[in-house]
Amino acid sequence: MSSGNVKKFMFVNRKAPYGTIYALESLEVVLITAAFDQDVSLAFLDDGVYQLKKGQQTKGIEIKNFSPTYRALEGYDIEKLYVEKESLEARGLTEEDLLVDVTVLGRAEMGELMDQQDAVLSF
Amino acid sequence: MLHIINKSPLSNCSLDSCLRVATTGSVLLIEDAVYAATTGNAFEHKLRESMAGLQVYVLKPDLEARGLADRLMDGVTPVDYAGFVELTVSNKNCQSWL
Amino acid sequence: MKFGIVINEGPYQHQSSDTAYQFARAAIAGGHEVWRVFFYHDGVNNASKLTAPPQDDRNVVTRWARLAEEHKVDLVVCVAAALRRGIQEENLAQGFRISGLGQLVEAGIKCDRLITFGD
Repeated sequence: MSSGNVKKFMFVNRKAPYGTIYALESLEVVLITAAFDQDVSLAFLDDGVYQLKKGQQTKGIEIKNFSPTYRALEGYDIEKLYVEKESLEARGLTEEDLLVDVTVLGRAEMGELMDQQDAVLSF
Repeated sequence: MLHIINKSPLSNCSLDSCLRVATTGSVLLIEDAVYAATTGNAFEHKLRESMAGLQVYVLKPDLEARGLADRLMDGVTPVDYAGFVELTVSNKNCQSWL
Repeated sequence: MKFGIVINEGPYQHQSSDTAYQFARAAIAGGHEVWRVFFYHDGVNNASKLTAPPQDDRNVVTRWARLAEEHKVDLVVCVAAALRRGIQEENLAQGFRISGLGQLVEAGIKCDRLITFGD
């Protein structure tokens, strides 16, 4: 559990980018949370893993490509990125397909990590 | 942890994903997720299997609104909004599977 | 217990604002405090004063404002999400205020429970 004023925040990403705005606006909250010196982690499950797919090219749809922001998270001291193994596999993806370094967790480990959080935000 | 689901398992994978990841704690079915707790729906057996480790609750006003109050499956506990609040208090954290 | 609530969808299109409202009312009736409701994503549309539902329907916007006034609930609309969707001071309903995303993080820090309602 948390000590003092530091809480464990987890952002659960389960939606693909571009089709809806949830992924982009979630990332905006993540960046703000970093400024509050909290214990921040990001979890990617289901179609949320598509947010991290390498090679996103959005010129043709004229929507901003925000995927480079995931690579910038390290600069904000956000280094805990977790991806659920089963979600990756169900989409024919491997760690090599992702644009950032992540920790791949099995579904039970992911569940345990969620249990340990103080605030879980999902969009 | 309290897991809150608001979508029908027959058209969305939220409940399925929740049950894949969460093996202990409580699940509350609200809004369109109440269809999961009705007898004879195609997801019924899956929800029943999850009850080995999870406590399952359903928001009764949502069940009633959808005309399914008489189709609630055994083992699922109906709660009102006050009961919903109590579940968020008695669990140390919660997550909405949107 | 101190509650923070996040609403991610607009009124009428989704049930989330209704469920959040019923939850907030029950929490207050149960002796708890609803410290802040944060409106994000399309949830910012809950704060439009131009909302005019048919007379036989609930008014989601004024209902929030009334609850806030009676029970000192802080209704905060995310500025970035609001500007994207055309919600500004001039069409902001009474009882709401526009502020930054930091207010959401603060609710996560200060509240005992943070509950999200969305789609």
